[in-house]
Amino acid sequence: MKTDIILAGVGGQGILSIAAVIGQAALLNNLYIKQSEVHGMSQRGGEVMSHLRISSNPVASDLIPFGAADLIIAVEPMESLRYLNYLSPEGWLVTNTKPFENISNYPDFDKIIDAIKELPRRVFIDADETAHEIGSVRASNMVMLGASVPFLKLSSESVEEGIRLIFGSKGEQVVDQNLQAVKAGMEAAKAVL
Amino acid sequence: MQQLLLGDEAIAQGAIDAGLSGIYAYPGTPSTEIMEYVQKNDEAREKGIHCRWSTNEKTAMEAALGMSYAGKRTMVCMKHVGLNVAADPFMNSALTGVNGGVIIVSADDPSMHSSQNEQDSRFFGKFAMVPVLEPSSQQEAYDMVHYGFELSEAFKIPVMIRITTRLAHSRTGIASSKKKEQNPLALPSDPRQFILLPAIARIRYKNLLKNQAGLEDKSFDSDFNKFIDGEDKSFGIIASGIAYNYVMENAQDGKVKNPILKIAQYPVPKKLIDKISLQCKTLLVLEEGYPFIEEQLTGLIENGYTIKGRLSGDVPRDGELNPNIVAKALGLAVPETVATPAIVVNRPPALCKGCSHIDTYLALNEAMQKYDGNRIFSDIGCYTLGALPPFNSINTCVDMGASITMAKGASDAGLTPSIAVIGDSTFTHSGMTGLLDAVLENTPITVIISDNETTGMTGGQTSAATGRLEKICLGLGVEREHLKVILPLKKNHEENVRIMAEELAYQGLSVIISQRECIQTAARRKRSSI
Ligand SMILES: Cc1ncc(C[n+]2csc(CCOP(=O)(O)OP(=O)(O)O)c2C)c(N)n1
Repeated sequence: MKTDIILAGVGGQGILSIAAVIGQAALLNNLYIKQSEVHGMSQRGGEVMSHLRISSNPVASDLIPFGAADLIIAVEPMESLRYLNYLSPEGWLVTNTKPFENISNYPDFDKIIDAIKELPRRVFIDADETAHEIGSVRASNMVMLGASVPFLKLSSESVEEGIRLIFGSKGEQVVDQNLQAVKAGMEAAKAVL
Repeated sequence: MQQLLLGDEAIAQGAIDAGLSGIYAYPGTPSTEIMEYVQKNDEAREKGIHCRWSTNEKTAMEAALGMSYAGKRTMVCMKHVGLNVAADPFMNSALTGVNGGVIIVSADDPSMHSSQNEQDSRFFGKFAMVPVLEPSSQQEAYDMVHYGFELSEAFKIPVMIRITTRLAHSRTGIASSKKKEQNPLALPSDPRQFILLPAIARIRYKNLLKNQAGLEDKSFDSDFNKFIDGEDKSFGIIASGIAYNYVMENAQDGKVKNPILKIAQYPVPKKLIDKISLQCKTLLVLEEGYPFIEEQLTGLIENGYTIKGRLSGDVPRDGELNPNIVAKALGLAVPETVATPAIVVNRPPALCKGCSHIDTYLALNEAMQKYDGNRIFSDIGCYTLGALPPFNSINTCVDMGASITMAKGASDAGLTPSIAVIGDSTFTHSGMTGLLDAVLENTPITVIISDNETTGMTGGQTSAATGRLEKICLGLGVEREHLKVILPLKKNHEENVRIMAEELAYQGLSVIISQRECIQTAARRKRSSI
């Protein structure tokens, strides 16, 4: 078993929490993991990405080779396109469609969606909308985690257990909100698959 | 039970487990999380491990040397350019040697993700003639801390651990080894060991030279260095650090059949090089950073070999490596990939909404309107983003503290007014001494300390300057009448412009402290207080 995942977003959007939960879920399944993150300069409103590799065999490289990622999980639509060079020909793109516009030359939204639609295997949902519907606006990253569950090669139970372990220290309420968000994301993805 | 740790955190945990008594550091990407881990660690607190930030890397290195003098194990951490600041004590510590074990962690940043250059710390290690350990994995980083302290105490020499960005900031499961108690307080057996008077220094230097052969033998015997034989002798591979992982990534499914020599401990062991050069007439060197091993090879093997690497052009001369660059160098096929669509644009880093630096720059830009030309010398921190639109305010960023001294030099050359913009942490790191230079001559420069009461760029660590800036400036001899404190807020804009304009016009030294807390740390404080 091997899943190589690129996580993409803008600094502060919570991609590292997604990575932490998947990583925890992988550990629960006794898998090997390596997860490389970006710290420093680019965190200030810049683009951020993370390489997450889970495998039943020891992982050599901290970075995923170009053209080898099984999955790109993006919490922002333009960011979902930035790392397409990592995606394998059989890989999936799972992205949020809600733009994060902190630059003046943000491209035309329709063109972004068109570019996403050009990919043969992609799932796009409005995770902010979904998060809003369930009353936890800040959990759109967990909605995206939910939407990507079908492609992780991990059971939804272990992802949920991962949430309990990662957010447990923040209290019952935070755990429940995140569990709900993941569930909503899974359903949203199912609806469009 | 394995712990999921960043490379930096693995080093910190390794140090705690290996009997660390104190860690000294100044923040700098990608090294910051080592100290931060110790600061947050319960066990470290229970054991009373010293873990306060130092004012700069030089003070950190010296404090560590003092702790070592007292017999304890200590670690100093910095980013690569920090080692330039600590270079004086670092170079000399190779001569004094150590008492308690000393490990210097220098974190290099090839590709300059968050740095001004991509210098390779291994050269510094060789320059000082101290052993260097270069982990290829986070587990190895953990293990090397234990080993490094033993090596340091066995040879009475400081040991460097050199890491790079990808190793520092990648997380994986770490198995820990047996915990060791801290060393007891114990003074050096030779009371003159640390007195580098010429007569003693000459003896100490001979001792350092004498140790080199033993250190090379240690490298040869090291479990971290290894030779993996292979049947394809058309070329041999020498790989170090994270580059070794990229080789192994490509070697999956038996795709690489060449002999591989992994080097993780320096000085480069000649006898290991002999092993691979006996088999292969062509050697491919893969290393993250400068061509450090590659340069040395010509001296270690006879003529008639082909050496491929960054110098030969078979690997790019600059920037970090990745699995694909390494695949290409190995002669393996690299898959065709989808290109990033042209509509994707960059998001340059920007000052946060509501950041105090913004109001400082807006006021300064207006006050500067009557002066032509580019004359604002600045420094390193969040406020360096003032170089970008919409501000376009500053004209230099060279090294920590250089704003004040460069403004002084320009002023000495006749450029008046010359202005320095420096952050609070940068000021206490290396700006104070330069300000004293300006005080001594009452140089007509205006120094703006943009004080957000934190070390913002690296994530909001406590700043040694907080609450002390006025006293420091007055103590250094800045005139009371030309030391102004302003509050950078929109509503104070007109007044701040006026104060800046007045001080710019003054034909002597002025300091303006523009003071308002970083909105990130303020928000964090608010969150943690509820
Ligand atoms: C010698 C050296 N040490 C450390 C760094 C890393 N570094 C860059 S900026 C910075 C902090 C600057 O803090 P401050 O001056 O308070 O400015 P702020 O980022 O808060 O605006 C640090 C630690 C460096 N570039 N060079």
